[in-house]
Amino acid sequence: MQIAIASGKGGTGKTTLAVNLAVLLSEKFAGTGQKVLLTDMDVEEPNSGLFLQGELLSEEIKYRLVPEWKEDKCTLCKRCANICEYNALAFLGISVMIFPELCHSCYACSDLCPEDALPMVKHRMGVTKRFLLNDNLEFMESRIDIGVEQATPLIEQTRKFIKENYDKTWFTILDAPPGTSCPVMEAVKDADLVVLITEPTPFGFHDLKLAIDTMKELRKKIAVVINKYGIGNDDVLNYCLEKGIPVIGKIPHLVEAAKLYSKGKTMVGELPEIRNEIEHVYSRICQLTKEKA
Amino acid sequence: MKEIVVLSGKGGTGKTSITAGFAALGAKHLVLADCDVDAADMHLLTAPQIQREEDFYSGKTGKVITEGCVHCFKCMDVCHFDAVLHQEGEFVIDPMECEGCSYCYHVCPTHTIKMLPRLAGKFYVSKTRFNNTLVHARLGIAADNSGKLVTKVREEAKKIAEAEQLDYVLVDASPGIGCPVVASLTGADYVVMVTEPTVSGLHDLSRVYEMIEKLHLKSGCIINKADLNKKITLKISDFLKSKNVETLCEIPYNIRFTEAISQGKTIVEYDDGPLKDKIISSWEKVKTIVSK
Repeated sequence: MQIAIASGKGGTGKTTLAVNLAVLLSEKFAGTGQKVLLTDMDVEEPNSGLFLQGELLSEEIKYRLVPEWKEDKCTLCKRCANICEYNALAFLGISVMIFPELCHSCYACSDLCPEDALPMVKHRMGVTKRFLLNDNLEFMESRIDIGVEQATPLIEQTRKFIKENYDKTWFTILDAPPGTSCPVMEAVKDADLVVLITEPTPFGFHDLKLAIDTMKELRKKIAVVINKYGIGNDDVLNYCLEKGIPVIGKIPHLVEAAKLYSKGKTMVGELPEIRNEIEHVYSRICQLTKEKA
Repeated sequence: MKEIVVLSGKGGTGKTSITAGFAALGAKHLVLADCDVDAADMHLLTAPQIQREEDFYSGKTGKVITEGCVHCFKCMDVCHFDAVLHQEGEFVIDPMECEGCSYCYHVCPTHTIKMLPRLAGKFYVSKTRFNNTLVHARLGIAADNSGKLVTKVREEAKKIAEAEQLDYVLVDASPGIGCPVVASLTGADYVVMVTEPTVSGLHDLSRVYEMIEKLHLKSGCIINKADLNKKITLKISDFLKSKNVETLCEIPYNIRFTEAISQGKTIVEYDDGPLKDKIISSWEKVKTIVSK
């Protein structure tokens, strides 16, 4: 089972819910053989790892392929620069310059070069690390290097890594990036359920509606968790009721929770109100994933 | 004309609230640009009246014209994005997966693939209730190319500021450090980083700052919710000092920010006490710095 925690607006509690759900489930599943994987897919600003300590299992540099110009083979026919839709190749009269950050790794220039003067070579994107937190809980994070602009290719590699290495018996929780565009769409591709977490404010409400539209476009099964419940107003709740979107948790607004978060501490061991609500979220996740889409 | 960008690596630190406060104070001396095109919220506080609305096309998307197709499968073989599907005996390009690279178009022997301009979203030029211009956008649902839409919003805002001889363009950037953020920042005159004293806030600030350093931009920082964790506030101050970055102000955690949003107001309209004063003094500092 794979659950993605996402949100349109940033700072609504994705990491809080993902980390605390993972810790709670790890405790709950102790001795049952059920394993939990938490993955931070917010490769631009991965934060889940700040709340967890574990033993490093692996650390891998991640690459994608971009063309490299071979001066000795090039006849300066300009075909590559004419083909590239991303302006990632500039024809400078006597040479070809490549801008890896603009390249989408489509291979067109490389494959269609009549002289084989543009072989695809590795270009570093970032690092993926895996940690063992305890016998039934693993944590993985990918982070792009500063200056790497395209987050999506690293998210895609991370998603595929999970698919190949963690089968469906794992309970996998994804901490998705914020927003409604390509990074989050890539992150949630394999998820059985997308939990959208929001806060009951006009900003939270507005961005939730955008996120719901995006997930509907992707034909994803969705549920909503309202964080910082008690501030703002009831617009989110009423909207979800009206649209028939299940609200599977209302995490109360507590200053103590914000303080624990600020220190990088989890809440399920300290704040029973929050633990109970996350228990409830889990039971509703189980219900929803059993139902047919 | 000076361009000031407000950003935060981490979401939810109060970036939009603070930017809206600056916008209310700067009123008709500035053009406001909401570059958080993924989740644009500025309009919720500024009640804009849309004056101009345009479709924004960026990049291309492929379409198979079935007539003439010889079913050679070349299009499907060359696509690295798995965007070409073969359904019920016909080739179809999935617009959600297509990156518009045109590789299929170039290899199709019968020219039955067309590359069409891709609708990436809409952008708007509006008048806010502070009587300044707001340039904002809406990324198409599940669309790509947010970086290009950001660039369009910024360029449009600059054009208007220059034409109307205004002093500032004020940009609200998106969270993260990826392409939309780089598109919001490149070439800015000054960057206001907004952070909060949490382990995530500090972590994300250090990544955002590293990027700002790489782009050789001048910056200052506002520590919001500063009393939430005094230890980390101190760490952030030390970090900023070590980088020679000015702390523009520390704002205490206050529910009044949320209350203001709930009423569709900026904090400088809703609050009449120390919160308002802090935003005013920060804005004055920013203006002084960029005028140097």
